[in-house]
Amino acid sequence: MIRLSVNGKRRSYAGHPFKRLLDVLREDFRLTGSKEGCGEGECGACSVLIDGEPVNSCLIPVGQLEGAKIETVESLGTPEKLGRLQKAFLEHGGAQCGICTPGMLVAAEAHRRCGGSTKRQALCRALAGNLCRCTGYKHIIESVAAALSGKR
Amino acid sequence: MRGDAASMTLLRAKSAADALRLRARNPAALPLAGGTDLMVHWNAGLLNGRTVLDISAVKDWRRIKVGKDGAEVGALATHAALLRQPAVVAGWPLLTAACGLVGGPQIQARGTLGGNIANASPAGDTFPPLAVYEARVRVASSAGSRELAFSEVFTGVKKTSLKPDELIESIYLPRPAKPARQLFRKVGTRAAQAISKTMAAGLLWLDKKGAVGELRFALGSMAPTVRRLRKAEQAVRGRKLDRETIDLAVKLLASDVSPIDDIRSTRLYRLRAAENIFRGFLEGRLEGV
Ligand SMILES: Cc1cc2nc3c(=O)[nH]c(=O)nc-3n(C[C@H](O)[C@H](O)[C@H](O)COP(=O)(O)OP(=O)(O)OC[C@H]3O[C@@H](n4cnc5c(N)ncnc54)[C@H](O)[C@@H]3O)c2cc1C
Ligand code: FES
Ligand code: FES
Repeated sequence: MIRLSVNGKRRSYAGHPFKRLLDVLREDFRLTGSKEGCGEGECGACSVLIDGEPVNSCLIPVGQLEGAKIETVESLGTPEKLGRLQKAFLEHGGAQCGICTPGMLVAAEAHRRCGGSTKRQALCRALAGNLCRCTGYKHIIESVAAALSGKR
Repeated sequence: MRGDAASMTLLRAKSAADALRLRARNPAALPLAGGTDLMVHWNAGLLNGRTVLDISAVKDWRRIKVGKDGAEVGALATHAALLRQPAVVAGWPLLTAACGLVGGPQIQARGTLGGNIANASPAGDTFPPLAVYEARVRVASSAGSRELAFSEVFTGVKKTSLKPDELIESIYLPRPAKPARQLFRKVGTRAAQAISKTMAAGLLWLDKKGAVGELRFALGSMAPTVRRLRKAEQAVRGRKLDRETIDLAVKLLASDVSPIDDIRSTRLYRLRAAENIFRGFLEGRLEGV
């Protein structure tokens, strides 16, 4: 039995400990926000926060996470009450097909918590582990910058 | 074929002693630290049916201790943890520059220094800095521990001198005297997430007369393992870095490396890129991180 905290709720998991965190979140906990883009650590679509740090949930067997604090993209807001980053992505065209978006939001949230510099280079570094095949990144960077600077 | 969780046996070590005991009993088990290498292989279905020994919960191996003479970095210290320690960034800036370029933030948050070394890729980004800092790698088994000079760790592509019952426990970084010049460069196709075509790390100390006291220069991705440019380092010792000395050193570079053609680059490109970086460093045009 593995006990962990997911989006502030205590959860336990009794399945196979080698199951990837990504699959446990999606299949066992029905949190389907995190996406699988590549399953190779390259794209960041599966990003979640573990103890506040951004990680690729496709590269972590859940058995490594006893006692860990997991936060998924679902913790950033609800459809009724979107978080600031989510709103900014809507307003600045940060999402097209949406596959990369949960990972982008999670990486941006991690960056926000580390001071959230809106310098271009800092934003590029913060999102360097996330690939997008649609937007060309410009609108994503603008969305994050807008959310962090509080501009609309 | 994908990774099949049900086919796996996961052993979880609670302490260092526990890890070494489990390792001794299961020499075929694959150690698992941050998983950023191992899980990629598992996801591809290459490790089904194997036993994995998770050492990530061993707190003693996660610690980073910085002292007057050097730093003791636990094998499980992540790239992100090293970057968060101002004393490490100040004392060993070439290493932390490399850590900051290992994948993106998600890889750095999870990937460990011990895992980077044990993985023994020819393109391991931390290796050129570890080579010029003359790091020592402490490996342990249930029978005891021993220390390896960093230059003794790799024996070939993806091969280390670790015995089957051994685990990397920590990496010791001696504190270098303040260098006159230092350099870290990663030449890749893009800044993050890319496997390097060439990496270089250099440290240079000058004597009172401005001649070379000591030069250490290491190249990655230029041979099956990281290489120090021993011949060039020796040739410049005690000499002023004038045109003639620099030409000689750059000429000697090729005798200490053996770059290959592969999907990422050609032999000639790698050699030229490395020579340009080396020359730039010796001429004082190229430095910093
Ligand atoms: C998208 C992506 C980008 C990457 N980019 C880079 C990059 O730019 N530069 C770079 O150098 N690497 C890169 N890597 C590789 C990897 O992230 C690093 O090598 C990392 O430091 C590995 O550490 P880990 O703890 O995750 O290793 P793991 O995957 O846990 O282990 C790696 C190997 O080492 C063994 N091992 C781990 N710890 C120990 C120990 N203490 N003792 C003995 N054996 C041990 C394991 O059995 C395994 O064989 C990248 C990986 C991905 C997925
Ligand atoms: S699905 Fe995890 S990084 Fe692409
Ligand atoms: S919006 Fe489609 S991948 Fe980024």
